[in-house]
Parts: sequence; structure tokens; C-alpha cells
Amino acid sequence: MTRMTMIEALRDAMDVKLNDDPKVLVFGEDVGYFGGVFRCTAGLQAKYGEERVFDTPINESAIVGMAVGMAAQGMRPCVEMQFADYVYPAYDQITQEAARLRHRSNEMFTCPLVIRMPTGGGIFGGQTHSQSPEALFTHVAGLKVVMPSTPYDAKGLLIAAIEDPDPVIFFEPKRLYNGPFYGDHSGKSVGWAQHPAGEVPEGHYTVEIGKADIRRAGSDVTILAYGTMVYIAEAAVEKCGIDTEIIDLRSLLPLDLETIKASVEKTGRCVMIHEATRTSGFGAELIAEVQEACFWHLKSPIQRVAGWDAPYPHATEWDYFPGPERVIRALQKTMED
Amino acid sequence: MTEKLKLTFPHPPARPQDKPDFSSIVTPPAGALGVPPPDLRAEESQDYANGLIRVLDNAGEAVGPWADYVAGMDRNALLLGLRDMLKMRAVDKRLLNAQRQGKTSFYLQCTGEEAIGCGFQRQLEKGDMNFPTYRQQTLLIAADYPLKDLMGQIYSNECDPLEGRQLPIMHSSRDYGFFSISGNLGTQYIQAVGWAMANALSGDGKIAAGWIGDGATASNDFHSALLSASVYRPPVILNIVNNQWAISTYTGVATGGSRTYAARARGYGIPALRVDGNDYLAVTAVSKWAIDRARKGFGPVAIEWFTYRVAAHSTSDDPSAYRPKDEARAWPLGDPVERLKQHLILRGDWSEERHTQAEAELLDEVTAVQKEVETHGTFVNPKPISPATIFKGVYAEMPEHLHRQRQEMGY
Ligand SMILES: Cc1ncc(C[n+]2csc(CCOP(=O)(O)OP(=O)(O)O)c2C)c(N)n1
Ligand SMILES: [Mg+2]
Repeated sequence: MTRMTMIEALRDAMDVKLNDDPKVLVFGEDVGYFGGVFRCTAGLQAKYGEERVFDTPINESAIVGMAVGMAAQGMRPCVEMQFADYVYPAYDQITQEAARLRHRSNEMFTCPLVIRMPTGGGIFGGQTHSQSPEALFTHVAGLKVVMPSTPYDAKGLLIAAIEDPDPVIFFEPKRLYNGPFYGDHSGKSVGWAQHPAGEVPEGHYTVEIGKADIRRAGSDVTILAYGTMVYIAEAAVEKCGIDTEIIDLRSLLPLDLETIKASVEKTGRCVMIHEATRTSGFGAELIAEVQEACFWHLKSPIQRVAGWDAPYPHATEWDYFPGPERVIRALQKTMED
Repeated sequence: MTEKLKLTFPHPPARPQDKPDFSSIVTPPAGALGVPPPDLRAEESQDYANGLIRVLDNAGEAVGPWADYVAGMDRNALLLGLRDMLKMRAVDKRLLNAQRQGKTSFYLQCTGEEAIGCGFQRQLEKGDMNFPTYRQQTLLIAADYPLKDLMGQIYSNECDPLEGRQLPIMHSSRDYGFFSISGNLGTQYIQAVGWAMANALSGDGKIAAGWIGDGATASNDFHSALLSASVYRPPVILNIVNNQWAISTYTGVATGGSRTYAARARGYGIPALRVDGNDYLAVTAVSKWAIDRARKGFGPVAIEWFTYRVAAHSTSDDPSAYRPKDEARAWPLGDPVERLKQHLILRGDWSEERHTQAEAELLDEVTAVQKEVETHGTFVNPKPISPATIFKGVYAEMPEHLHRQRQEMGY
């Protein structure tokens, strides 16, 4: 099997689908000739032509609006927002149009489209290149929301998303594009070529939307994480030695409650971590679900580690980013009771 | 059976493997367009919106009605303009270098576009407000914004007036007429209209200036701004800096079937002019005219500044992947510094020797400030900013949950 970066795996997924299905289209800002500012679509226009892969004006609402119109006719657009921080002009088209088209037309019109966007911090991008807005989409009925944490999952989930009959918001943790990130920003980074999760099969395969992945089996605490935080969890567990089960959600909506429930019933303790700001974050939903499903199995209050409720800073990024130390403190706290 | 219809996909005149080709760009002779009356209406501005106002001809002579319009300007004003542009170049050069050395996370130059912001700012008055993009550091330079503050922001150290909150180049200075920069393209344009409406409502005699790049004219907020300005007619100048590129995307993807960006503004009922942005005299003349008009209550005006983005989009960009390497040198409207220099020499007010000397002096001045600012910390030698700044200023009064989070953080 070949090893790929997450960027290459995403590109490969689009390549497979562009090749498979003439109805698949890829477009966005700088996506065509140049191949995207993160290079995710590099080479695709040269291979499939401008009618399939093209540059758009800088208007996110136009990008999604066009995609809705195309999707309603049966095309399969897979569009890119240059950063998740720039999705807001498209929020109307996504939440009021794409999300509800199937339901409001009594399934006369549907909206099979994918909206990809780099998300999360850790690159000194400041407040407009670091946001994690997933909860703004999980709150909306009609949308599916996924976030891979490995090249393998990135490719499999993106193919599944393009084949899905409904709109999928596809978050790409940009800190993981080139390799895993264990929270030590000054340490030397390891590329995906050195990591087993960088192994990506050739051709078509899917990772089912709605299925979590148990990244580490453990007996004392369950960590619920996704995206970059999966590796932060691994780093924390390795350091503190608490026998922890780490679940990578991969799909936030639909949520794999069954896997979560089985784990928390076993461990009796739960820590939820995400990069996004804490208040009304997706963690609030997760904790509510776990509490309802597993209340009688819980040995201590569920802990939450999240971004502070403030705009993402530039200079103090590492004081803001919820790193392994904060996760360790939360793990220790669940073990106190 | 019906023919398959063809969509259009705009293409730049040249890609990396090609020779630069600007043959489709029409450059009318300097002095061809007159100075319109201050109450110019949109429907009367067609020639200005489709033409190109130029003052300096190829020999460096200032010619035509717009030259006469600023003939009263003394030589010191022009020398100051040249100095502003040279200072801007020195700052861009030093800070780009700092980023290359890892002393800051990011930088972005305005090379080739210096005349626009430098010329415009010198015509504003204290209390007027710019709503800039990240590529208008020229406005700060020509407002004599302290270099220490400007560089402190780039290094995110204790000299940074924003205490490290924002990405480098996202400045903010109320006192120097520079509204807080947002990374989200277009948002500032409609805010400029609102600010100008407040100026009119309060009767303070001040005006606002919105700034936007050619690429970002595609944003909803650009269109909102033109429409709102057309409806309420506040004292706002809506500047469009057309530098031919939006990262890798050719300007044609934003113009579409419109002839010019100025023509698009005209379509909204706003008088619009298109100007050679590499001609410091044209910039000065048109800025003066537009600012004067706005202050007198004749309403909004749009200006398309026609120029070329010489440098990479930012330090994260490599333009050799999408345009010919030597495209900048082929730009038919030349370099703004060279053109003003040539004009001043022609007038007998400047010389090559003085120019070389001025360049060296400014570079020294900038470098000296930079060295001082760097002693307060850089990315390679950080002097951390207090993490407590994360919670400061989220609200006027810190709510209880933020107090708790700050405590949890340990500050
Ligand atoms: C809403 C939004 N979408 C996308 C971006 C990413 N982006 C940053 S700069 C840029 C290009 C802007 O080009 P232009 O408006 O021509 O300005 P220039 O850089 O040429 O000065 C893009 C697409 C953004 N900052 N905001
Ligand atoms: Mg541009």
C-alpha cells in the first residue's frame, strides 16, 4: 500500500470520483488551475478539464448556491471553502437551502453535495484561519457533518460523502494535512509517510459515514475526540498512563452512539475534547447524549476540554489551544471520584 | 438533438510557460480625460469608468487637465510622496526578510501598488476613516503611523498595539484613520458606507473610504455597499484596487462580462472613475477631487485603481506556479516609484544621486526601528505576551464563565 499525506488522500478521493462519475464536479476559489491553496485539487483540472474542475469568484454563497442548483438536477458537486473561517457568507445557502431542500419539496428536489473546508488551529493563523465551526452545522437538521483524522479515513469518508444522497459538511483538520500532531509545536513533526495511518489503498473504497473508530482500547476512561484532538488525546494518555479508550468520532452527524455507549458503559468515565469554543460547542451535545444513555454507569462527572470562549489568538495560540496538559488534568479529575 | 451549450471559463493572457502578454490592455494617452464637475452623476461618468485617467506620460511629463488640477501642489508634496513610497518599500523589504528568517509567522507586501494608498492618504484629513484590506499598509505609512507600532504588530510582541491578537499585517489604528482589518474579505466595504452615513448624520464633516481588491469585488458585501451607497448617498469613497490577481485567480474571474470594475459601480448608480494606479500624480489628483466632492455633500464615488500585484500574494504563496515569472516587468503602466522619480528629475527637483541617497537613508531609518522593536521579542526569540490577553476585551465586562476559564488557564 502507498503512504499518502491527508492532502494526497483527499485529492485521490476526488480523482477516483471524477473518474467514476461524470456528474462529479469540483470547484472553489483557486481550486482549478492552481489546485487550491493547500494543493488538495492540484492536477485535477489538467486531468479532467475545466468543465469538471474550475476556479470561482470569491463568493462562498455563490459557490454553494451554484452547487445547490447543480445538485438539485443530479450533478454531484464537491466544493471547497478556502478556510472554514470563510464559510459564513454561504451559511444561508447551506443551512436554509441545501439542508432543507429534500424535506420542503417532499423529496421532489434533493441536494447531494459536499462542502470541504480546512478547519482548526495550530498554524499561527490567527482568528480568521483557525476556527472550528462544526457545531454551527450539527445544529442544522438535514446536514451530515464529518471530520477525518487520518489519510485513510479522509479518502474513504470523502468518497462516501460524494456518493451520499444528502449534503455533507466535510471538515479537514489542517494541522493534520501533512502529519499527525501531538501538541508539541516546537518539537519536530512526523510526516504521514512515517505513520501507519498514512497507508491508503488505491482506487475506490469508502468509510461509512456515522461510524466511529476506536483508536485505542482502554478500561478506565473513555475519551471522545475528533480531528486534531485525537492525537492530543493519544499524547495525553501516553504521558499520564491512565488506561484510556480513545474514540475518534469521525462522523459528528450522524453520531455513532452505539460505540460511544458501549465504551462508556465499560469504563464508567468520560472526557470529551474539542478545539472549538466550549459554550454550545458540539461537546455539549455529546455530553448530553452520554449522560442520557449511560447515566447509571457513570462513576464521575463527564469532563470537557475545549477552546476558551474567546476569539482564536495569534501570539498566544499555544495558551489557547487545548493541548495534552489540559487533557491530562481532565483525565485525572475523572479518576478522583 | 440539441447542441451541448458551452460555458465560459476566463483565462489570464499568460501562464507560467508563456511570455507575458498585456496586449489586450488599452492604455490611453496621459491627459486624455478631463476633470469632471464635482457633482458628476453616474450616467455622466461613462468615459471615466471605461477609460483610464493618467497624468504622467511616458517621458515623465505631467500633462492634461488633471495635471492642471494639481498644478498648485508644491514640489515638497511630491517629494513627500516619493519618500512615502520609498519608505513603504523599505518596510516591506525588511519585514519580508524578517518572515524569511522565521522572526514572524507571516507577511504580505504591496509592491507595485505604493502610489495608491500613499497618494490617497495624503489627501485625507484627520478624522476621516479608511476601511482597508490587508494590502493597504501604504495608508499607515502616509499617515505617519509610528513604525514601532506597525512593526510591533508584525512581531506580535509588546510593541504590538493589538497585543498579539491578530495575524501580522491585520493592523488597526483609530487615531490614524485605519479601521480594524478583518481576514474575511469584503466585510469592511459595507461598513465604510455605514461609517459615512454616521458622519453625515452627526454632521462632523468627516468622510469614509472603503477599500477592496479586484477578487473580493465578487463578495456579497461589495454589492451591498454599492447599493446602499447609491440609496443613501453618504460621503464615502469606494476604492477598488485592481491588481490583476486574487491569489492564483485571474481578475477576469471577478470581472465576468463587465468591462471594468468602475463600470460595475456605475451600474449601481454611483459615478465611477478608472485611474492609472501606478501614476502618483493621477492618484493624487483623483483622490483630491473625490475627497473634496464627498466632503461637499455630492455623495459617493467609486474609483478603480488599475495596477499590478508585483509580489507574491503573501509569504504562503508562490506565483511562479500560475503566472509568468517576468510578468511584472512587462506591466505596461510601469513602476510607481520609477515614474514619480523620473518626473521629479525632469522638473529639476530630484536626481539619481539624491534618490539613491534617500533610499539608503530610509532603509537605515526603518532598519534602526526594526532592530529596536526586535529586542522586544520575535518568533525566534520570543518574549511571551500574557495569556490573560485572550480574555481581555471579549466583552466590555467579563462574564462569570470567562473569569472561570481564565482561572482554569492559570492567569
Ligand atoms: C470570505 C473570504 N473568502 C476567501 C478568503 C481567502 N482569500 C484571502 S485573500 C484572497 C484573494 C483576494 O484577492 P483580491 O481581492 O484581488 O486582493 P489582493 O490580494 O489582490 O490585494 C482570498 C481568496 C478570505 N480571506 N475571505
Ligand atoms: Mg487582486
